[in-house]
Amino acid sequence: MRAHRSLIRLLFLVPLLALLGGCGYNSIQSKDEGVNAAWSEVLNQYQRRADLVPNLVNTVKGYASHEEEVFTKVTEARAKVGQIKVSVDQLDDAVAMQKFQAAQGELSSALSRLMAVSENYPDLKADGLFQNLQAQLEGTENRITVARNRYIEAVRDYNTFVRSFPQNLTAKMFGYKTKANFTVENEAQISTAPKVDFGKD
Amino acid sequence: MFRRTRLHGLAAWLPALASVLALFASLALAQQAVPALTARVTDLTGTLDAGERKALEQQLLELETARGAQIAVLIVPTTGPEDIAAYGIRVADAWKIGRENVDDGVILIVAKNDRRVRIEVGRGLEGAIPDAAAARIIREYITPRFRAGDFAGGINDAVGVLRDLVNGESLPPPLAEEPATGAETSTILLMSAFAGFFVAGLLQWVHFGLRGVLTGLAGGWVASALDGSLFLVIAGAVIAGLLGMFVRTTGGGRYASGGGSGTFGGWSGGSGGGSSGGGFSGGGGGFSGGGASGSW
Repeated sequence: MRAHRSLIRLLFLVPLLALLGGCGYNSIQSKDEGVNAAWSEVLNQYQRRADLVPNLVNTVKGYASHEEEVFTKVTEARAKVGQIKVSVDQLDDAVAMQKFQAAQGELSSALSRLMAVSENYPDLKADGLFQNLQAQLEGTENRITVARNRYIEAVRDYNTFVRSFPQNLTAKMFGYKTKANFTVENEAQISTAPKVDFGKD
Repeated sequence: MFRRTRLHGLAAWLPALASVLALFASLALAQQAVPALTARVTDLTGTLDAGERKALEQQLLELETARGAQIAVLIVPTTGPEDIAAYGIRVADAWKIGRENVDDGVILIVAKNDRRVRIEVGRGLEGAIPDAAAARIIREYITPRFRAGDFAGGINDAVGVLRDLVNGESLPPPLAEEPATGAETSTILLMSAFAGFFVAGLLQWVHFGLRGVLTGLAGGWVASALDGSLFLVIAGAVIAGLLGMFVRTTGGGRYASGGGSGTFGGWSGGSGGGSSGGGFSGGGGGFSGGGASGSW
């Protein structure tokens, strides 16, 4: 009799334990935090790039003062980038993400134009300060690529988890939505090296 | 009988599974594989002779013994189709040069046929070796020597400068057994304590009834309250409530105490760091893409 009751209790216990382990709440927490950390790194590196811009523009200006149009473009793009912030709470907002990407993409192309233009000034290219800034910009662009790739990975991991059964129920209950990732067209754009335009002007 | 047919079904799927795996393997081959890390200097091109290699490795070993920072050198024929920067971060992620959480690793990568070189700088050394410094090392020390065909000389000079820069940085002393990272360990400890008490409680319930559950839950509550994880307390309470509703037995058995400590046996300490012993391995250092690339 006693052994019987023990067995019944044991049978009752197993699904309960499975329920506790299978709801995925803790995993959602840690994956969510992983996405947030990856996003912070992305922002951090983009900010680092934005901080480089004034110095870079001033240095190039010293040698190529009449390239006004290029400077204006870079300065405008940088100002715009400063206005569009996507905090970690907005990561499920695909539209905000799109805007952020567009603004950063604009600064990317303005900067690559600036670097292309600077190719035409041998004195500028030989300037030690410019060389340093160029190295910093390249390094930062590379860090951005790395940070973006890690964000893409983290979001993929998170989204897959949150969409799968039974975690989708837990996620719904606690309001965890899927996160917006960098879009594919943009991914193609960043994975190809920036095009250097040696055309006129 | 049923089980047999199921097994046969599985066997039928195996070739399909194998071909899918093969496909993945061939896709992975489209990128250059990251070579296994066995020594501080990995030369897949046979550029360095044995003596040069030895001298270089000795220099790098001395740096690690003195400062704890790790520098590795990798010479490959090509990184194609990837750029050396993309390849570099893959190598860095695979090798994990540098100490864990100090992240004081540097990898010098030479792609000989591409005529490309890269200095990949670990997160913890980005202050000591900023991108501009890495670019200068490539420009002023590596490029001129490489152009003259003196690969060993260029690498040696570059490593010398990198070593000086690392020496100028204040780093934690070498071979300091870093205490296993506080937060993580205590979380694991408390979680396992909670799980231990909880499971012990449930098992006691199987044998002794409700009073065992209460013991387990009380233990679990204390453990998880220490951790501050409210969710676990609630989860525990919910399950306790469910159990309580279904089971109204007085059980009556002996009062079974403790039982939680058994679970600690399975818990093993934090991973040991570093690269002692004969071979060489990375200590777990992290990279985020810092450094510089150049051509010659």
